[in-house]
Amino acid sequence: MRTVSVFALLAAALVVSAAAGILVGAVAIAPGDVLSALLGAEGTNGTIIRELRLPRVLGAALVGGALAAAGALLQGMLRNPLADPFVTGTSAGASLGAVLAVALGLEPALVPLAAFGGAMAAIALVWRLARLGGRTTVLTVLLAGVVLTSFAGALVTFILVSSDRLALRLRAVLGWLQGGISVINWSELAVAGLVVAIGVIGALLLAPRIDAYAFGEETAAALGVDLDRTTAAVLATTALLTGAAVAIAGLVGFVGLVIPHALRFLLGATHRRLVVASIPAGAIALVLADLGARTALAPAELPVGVITGLVGAPFFLFLLVRSRREIV
Amino acid sequence: MSSVVARAIRAGYREREVLRGVDLVAHAGELVALIGPNGAGKSTLLRVVGGLLRPASGSVTIDGVDVTTLDRRSIARHIAVVPQVFETLFPFTVREIVALGRTSRLGPLGTLGADDARAVARALDDIGATDLADRRIDRVSGGERQRAVLAMALAQEAGVLLLDEPTAHLDPAHQRATLDRVATLARLRGLAVVAVLHDLNLAAAFASRVVLLADGTVVRDGGVGDVITSELVGRVFGPGLRVVAYDGQPIVIPEPASVEERHARAG
Repeated sequence: MRTVSVFALLAAALVVSAAAGILVGAVAIAPGDVLSALLGAEGTNGTIIRELRLPRVLGAALVGGALAAAGALLQGMLRNPLADPFVTGTSAGASLGAVLAVALGLEPALVPLAAFGGAMAAIALVWRLARLGGRTTVLTVLLAGVVLTSFAGALVTFILVSSDRLALRLRAVLGWLQGGISVINWSELAVAGLVVAIGVIGALLLAPRIDAYAFGEETAAALGVDLDRTTAAVLATTALLTGAAVAIAGLVGFVGLVIPHALRFLLGATHRRLVVASIPAGAIALVLADLGARTALAPAELPVGVITGLVGAPFFLFLLVRSRREIV
Repeated sequence: MSSVVARAIRAGYREREVLRGVDLVAHAGELVALIGPNGAGKSTLLRVVGGLLRPASGSVTIDGVDVTTLDRRSIARHIAVVPQVFETLFPFTVREIVALGRTSRLGPLGTLGADDARAVARALDDIGATDLADRRIDRVSGGERQRAVLAMALAQEAGVLLLDEPTAHLDPAHQRATLDRVATLARLRGLAVVAVLHDLNLAAAFASRVVLLADGTVVRDGGVGDVITSELVGRVFGPGLRVVAYDGQPIVIPEPASVEERHARAG
């Protein structure tokens, strides 16, 4: 009963936040005109709504849903609420892949795939490093994530400054890196949407098996989980979701951390519920954060990563303090 | 009705060989206690039997089937392992934890069917934990958590049950209750049970057979009275443990090292 009400609430909130995202913006457009623009009316309003606001709201929803689902999977497998694509360095790897693709002049539609490649390399590397001691501990995952994030960040800056192609658009690229959904078109959205869809299907199939990690990897194996295959599948799915999210919005932190954690209070720990609920909840959170980013200092725009960072970082510290004893 | 047979097991980690040719047999209905000093290789043997550690040589068979030829899912349908209870940071309910025992029988979409619900309810009932089912695992006592994890393993409906120090964090009353329950289930359901036990008195009270392990080899495998003797306990565990008979059952009593000290205290 509780589960049903939570999901009904999420569905309603998703509709309301999407509507708010489309209705509110730098240019005031009356709700009636928004509706007719959505239905295909020509003119400036039509362009603003169909080419700017709608793809942006959809992009934010995709990014939020993807990051939250990836966070729920990672947290479940590492059995720790401190993990997410951002703190494990997966997002940084994805941003390196994306920047490299742009610097090499690849097709824009290939950027999400390059971001996926970067994310996959990053999370595989972090996992390898964390396993060196034989046992995977969250502390080593986080440390490796921090190191990798700095390293990838340094490489990204190096590429930005040295690439002629990017130097001209330095400001735009820096804004994107900070988590901006401002520049997005329908074809980018379609590719990213496809990648997210594949990732979401993977996440939903993996979710029921993730619960078996509750008492650690050895117990998961004893319960019948093929560790090598499942771990690889979770990492690949996380990389797909993160890659698509980063290709659209750059480094948006903490959505994957906060959303699954908050949902656990409402829905309990079972991942078959948690992963499903993370998708709309992450979407809502990022659509609202993006709305805040473009209205807080209007007509100037904040990168959405600034909003999620301001909310998420203190939350991360709060969790860290609370679980200090368990993560070592 | 299953029996598990491990023959000539050699196994270890990296360059360190822990088990040097060990045999272990557990038949349906038996509770075999695995005892021995720290580092003897008890937990390693349990991991090998459970298919969690590949032996360097030797074989493990369940009803004649070689475990190394089975995938994880099939092994989990034959062998259940009761883990030492760890904390989980997530608010699973006891019922959800018990349902983890059904992981090896999940459908492709990961759904639980009527059979699974029945197995979970029966496991909760077997362990007397039905009233705990909807409580959160991180909010129950250590003894209750132990019961939940035991019920999780029972829900696997495997013929072989392996327990690694199932009583490590329990008070004496809960230690007794846990082993009593396991021994009863072994008899009633025809489970083949192997339990690593540190407490020799618990082993003496509940085991149908005792295997004494030291330095990676079996020192003796036999009835309680044949294995837990003054001579063997002194030889394997060292001095300071006296074995006396009480009600036909050996009791191990720790003693101060010096005789004078003992007398001083008694006096």
